[in-house]
Amino acid sequence: MAKLNLLLLLVLVVCALGLVTSQHKARKLFSELERAQARAHDLEVEFGKLQLEASTWALHARIERVATGTLGMRTPDARQVRVIGVAGAP
Amino acid sequence: MSSVAPALVRLPVWRARFVMAGLVGAFAVLAGRSLYLQAMHTDFLQEKGEARYSRVLEVPGTRGRVLDRNGEALAISTPVQSVWAIPGDVDATPAQLRKLATLIGTDARELSRKLSDPSRDFVYLKRQIAPEAAERAAQLGLAGIYQHREYRRYYPGGEVTAHVVGFTGVDEAGQEGIELAFEASLGGTPGSRRVIKDRRGRVVEDIESIRAAQDGRDLALSIDGKIQSLAHAALKAAVTAHKARAGAIVVLDVRTGEVLALANAPSFNPNNRARLSGAQLRNRALTDIFEPGSTLKPFTIALALESGRVSPASSVHIGTSGLRVANHTIHDPHPETALTVAQVIQKSSNVGAARIALALHREDMWSFFQRAGFGAQPGLGFPGEAAGMLRPAATWRPIEQATMAYGHGISVSLMQLARAYTVFARDGELVPLSLVKSAVPAAGTRVLSAQTAREVRAMLELAVQPGGTGPRARIMGWRVAGKTGTAHKQENGGYAADKYIASFVGLAPASAPRLVVAVMIDEPSNGQYFGGVVAAPVFAEVARGALRSLGVPYDAPLEPVPLPGEGEEAWEST
Repeated sequence: MAKLNLLLLLVLVVCALGLVTSQHKARKLFSELERAQARAHDLEVEFGKLQLEASTWALHARIERVATGTLGMRTPDARQVRVIGVAGAP
Repeated sequence: MSSVAPALVRLPVWRARFVMAGLVGAFAVLAGRSLYLQAMHTDFLQEKGEARYSRVLEVPGTRGRVLDRNGEALAISTPVQSVWAIPGDVDATPAQLRKLATLIGTDARELSRKLSDPSRDFVYLKRQIAPEAAERAAQLGLAGIYQHREYRRYYPGGEVTAHVVGFTGVDEAGQEGIELAFEASLGGTPGSRRVIKDRRGRVVEDIESIRAAQDGRDLALSIDGKIQSLAHAALKAAVTAHKARAGAIVVLDVRTGEVLALANAPSFNPNNRARLSGAQLRNRALTDIFEPGSTLKPFTIALALESGRVSPASSVHIGTSGLRVANHTIHDPHPETALTVAQVIQKSSNVGAARIALALHREDMWSFFQRAGFGAQPGLGFPGEAAGMLRPAATWRPIEQATMAYGHGISVSLMQLARAYTVFARDGELVPLSLVKSAVPAAGTRVLSAQTAREVRAMLELAVQPGGTGPRARIMGWRVAGKTGTAHKQENGGYAADKYIASFVGLAPASAPRLVVAVMIDEPSNGQYFGGVVAAPVFAEVARGALRSLGVPYDAPLEPVPLPGEGEEAWEST
């Protein structure tokens, strides 16, 4: 009887320690998750900012201004453009 | 040492029993109480307990992006911070508050006014500020001031795409345009999760996800950013040059029925809507109706050709005295004795169109106009789409039948007009329109025979040649076809003598049409008001750029197109 009790006590102690470890692990993983989520949020903020920046740089009006102004480009005359039809494609 | 034996004291039995009963009674009370708490009150108590540490957090779902057909962003949601406070908890020096006010970009007096009422539980100090500014504000570490994350909608296209895309309110719900029309698929659904928070409000454990947040779907529009930008710029320039009140332009892809560009002037910047007038907000191409004037003539002629009453070469008597219908006389500015049917379109003769229309049945005219899409919404699913006005044939008097032949007494939106011209572009088929990108060619509804549609197209091509009303619509490299319109504006139930709507609707390239471009300029008042002078050059500029950008093969010799010389341009009647 006493042996069985001792054995059960041992099992109980092991279980209790296991619970403590897993609880600790869960807390650690959770804080890691929180950090990752915060990072995801930061990246999302940055992505949005970059997207906006990209589309601001790529504004058609700006491209036209830079092309004609800074780079001295101009729209080619229709005579300087050859349109090649691809067989089968429109 | 003497010892005394302890006296045997005999206590009465009832005392032990009394104590026993007391103890049992006390236990019974305890058991009863715990039974009451555990079994009958358990839900309430558990709820109260959880409320001490568990919280349900809202997880926002991001709104989908709006893109053009090439994947360029037209509307993006980015996270921003909103700063709020519990006025009773705020404990800061005036200097700190001033610092906060500058950081979040608000007035210091405004800030202290908001914080002055300690009875309020929640007050926004500033909504939607940049994450960096919010970060610096948070570093001040003021008590009672908090932040939470929101999303803000940005429109990189600015005023160029303002009317198509529309905008959302401060809570990211669509209010105008595509943002409103596609609210259901763009809008995300917020989710929620249950967490455990510690005393300082930090989340220590995630218990469960009650509902996963769902992000809105991205939406690719049919709009082509390049053509849209070109159309907007050309329209804006024309409206400014002609001192016009407003203008609108629509570019359609004939094969798929997609709207490649839709622009209005005046426009607005959707990113900064502090000062907006109703005139800026109006999407004229879709919501405003006007009497189209001569741009409607090709439909009258098409019906007459279809019914077999006339052929393009039949002669129509014009005469110099005008056409008398009931008590009214219809005039042409430069009357000729007779014109062929084709010349009626080329010179835009009101008398000719009216005479041809009077030979038709009014029911036939009504049903043809209706089949061409007039008097019904163009079906884009856009908020506020106008249906135009086409009165039932039974109410038409002869004079109305005659004026309707040249586009008076009927009202249309620019989008309807552009769509109706797909009938001539697609050899007789009316195409359903779409504002959403579609890869497949659309199936049209047959409205005219291919033969008639081609004949009318040839007449429309004649109208932009020297001698027609719209030679300024021509471009080098591609044949174009189109019709000018110059209509008196309606005012107080009559027609204003000096206010016009100039319009041009054209197809290009004429040999195998790919595009329909419709332009409308409202009240040009810089001397010129003819559709052929005010609207046709806008068509030419937009069609040239669009055809080049789409890589459409040339169908005309590559010779420069001169501006029409003296006497090479016909002035249409209004």
